[in-house]
Amino acid sequence: MTSQHPQPLISARKLTKRFGALTAVDGIDFDVARGEAFGFLGPNGAGKTSAMRMVAAVSPPTSGELRILGLDPAVDGPTIRGRLGVVPQENTLDEGLTVRENLYTYGRYFGLSRKTAAERSAELLEFAQLTDRAKQIVEPLSGGMKRRLTIARALINEPDVLLLDEPTTGLDPQARHVLWDRLFRLKRRGVTLVLTTHYMDEAEQLCDRLVVMDGGTIVAEGSPRELIDRYSTKEVLELRFEADDHAPYAPKVEGLADRVEVLPDRLLLYTEDGDGALVAAHERGLTPLSALVRRSTLEDVFLHLTGRTLVD
Amino acid sequence: MATTAPLQTVPAQPAEGKMWRRVLAYWLIVYRQNWRSSAFSSFLTPLLFLGAMGYLLGPLVDSGARGGIPGVEYVAFLAPGILAAQAMMSGVNDSTFTVMAGVKWRKFYLAMLATPLGVRDVLLGHLAFVFVRLVLTSTAFLLIAFALGAISGWGALLALPVAVLTGMAFVTPVFAFSVSQRDGTSFNMLLRIGVMPLFLFSGTFFPTDQLPGWFEPIPWLTPLAHGIELCRDLALGTASVGMATLHLGYIALWLVVGFWLATWAFRRRLVV
Repeated sequence: MTSQHPQPLISARKLTKRFGALTAVDGIDFDVARGEAFGFLGPNGAGKTSAMRMVAAVSPPTSGELRILGLDPAVDGPTIRGRLGVVPQENTLDEGLTVRENLYTYGRYFGLSRKTAAERSAELLEFAQLTDRAKQIVEPLSGGMKRRLTIARALINEPDVLLLDEPTTGLDPQARHVLWDRLFRLKRRGVTLVLTTHYMDEAEQLCDRLVVMDGGTIVAEGSPRELIDRYSTKEVLELRFEADDHAPYAPKVEGLADRVEVLPDRLLLYTEDGDGALVAAHERGLTPLSALVRRSTLEDVFLHLTGRTLVD
Repeated sequence: MATTAPLQTVPAQPAEGKMWRRVLAYWLIVYRQNWRSSAFSSFLTPLLFLGAMGYLLGPLVDSGARGGIPGVEYVAFLAPGILAAQAMMSGVNDSTFTVMAGVKWRKFYLAMLATPLGVRDVLLGHLAFVFVRLVLTSTAFLLIAFALGAISGWGALLALPVAVLTGMAFVTPVFAFSVSQRDGTSFNMLLRIGVMPLFLFSGTFFPTDQLPGWFEPIPWLTPLAHGIELCRDLALGTASVGMATLHLGYIALWLVVGFWLATWAFRRRLVV
């Protein structure tokens, strides 16, 4: 824990969620401190959304302990939800209402007065860069605008924690960057962020600390930097050969790097010195179609921990 | 866990079920947008029935060989029946696709449940809105029927709450049915094989003793026949306290059991 606060904002012990025979979340422990940007990184089906829905106090845990703002969601659900802002993965905007009406009606759900709901709606339209769309129906807006509106809506109650489930999935690169910019602003203001993502670049950009999830369990925890230092090397050499199957090339690069991962379309050589490894590969007479030296990312961490890639 | 004391004073929200007015406020904003189109269909349909059956077919019934309905003009017999039957129709109409929309298409239930609102608030708020709509449409029909002279007398005013309750007695179980569906394909079936036969055979257009003997008790299994009979008794001044209590009791039973079922079905669908 990096926080000076005696008690975390969110705290889970052996948190478990089962749907019939399927165990979506399998006894995970984690804490989130105030002001922190905390991430769940993992592929689809890792249990991130199920974990998030329990933290959002909408999905009752099957077993384990969960405290949000020190409260038990089974007892104080409405009060906890009153202090959370939720950006769900699926769009739950009312597309038949206007942009402003979406903010206003949502604010009223929290018990805000008409005046407060109207004032905050105006501020948040500014924040979401949607002021000129205020009176338009939501339905025809672009995906990026809808997502910004969803984030603005989640802020209407000035929440202690903003929960974002796959905030930029399905958005084009430009819309993602606009959205990340908005989230950075919130982070600088001290809003606690909890997000799930299967994009390693998103996790690296936004998260102070994250847990890597796979198959309903947490397989690693730390800051993006720590995780990369712990589970990967400084550099990665990617080699692509003219072949449909790269497995036969693995023995040929043996000894050139600390570790080699074989993907269907390329080899990944984990080493402290990518350029040196490439020179050594050429000296062995290997002639890859392409060679790329890059820094390690969380993708490499995930690959090392699970043997699989994040986005399949 | 070490301690469970809250780390800050978290402003408390009311208990689940006490925040339904916030949901009703949402529905009234939605209604402000589309009341014209919905008003048109909910006022026009009963008026068309009253015109075609009451004023055009009615005189033929009254002057027929059997002398029509004993002791009363056909249109005066028909109007309170339409009042109650229409309440069922528009109540069911407001309880199928809109409920599915809340779960699946517009997802407003899901949006609400991410806020302090609980399942009970979402359900009560939506039911409250359907109730408001029933009061509005039934009042409008009653006023027009008064103006046309199809309904008269102070007793008919009491028929208004009876019609609204009759509608709600269908609304609550249909909410339970609708929220349990995968999609909207079953709703047209519900209208065709459920609601429409009830509308035709529960005493709206003719006394139920016209039905073949073996069939006669069947309409009385649903609240509609009771609602129609009580509305008619009130409008024609033939109501007795005893029968009124029985009719109302049966209507209330459906409403309450339906509400219980709806609460259960909403929870099962929305809390996973």
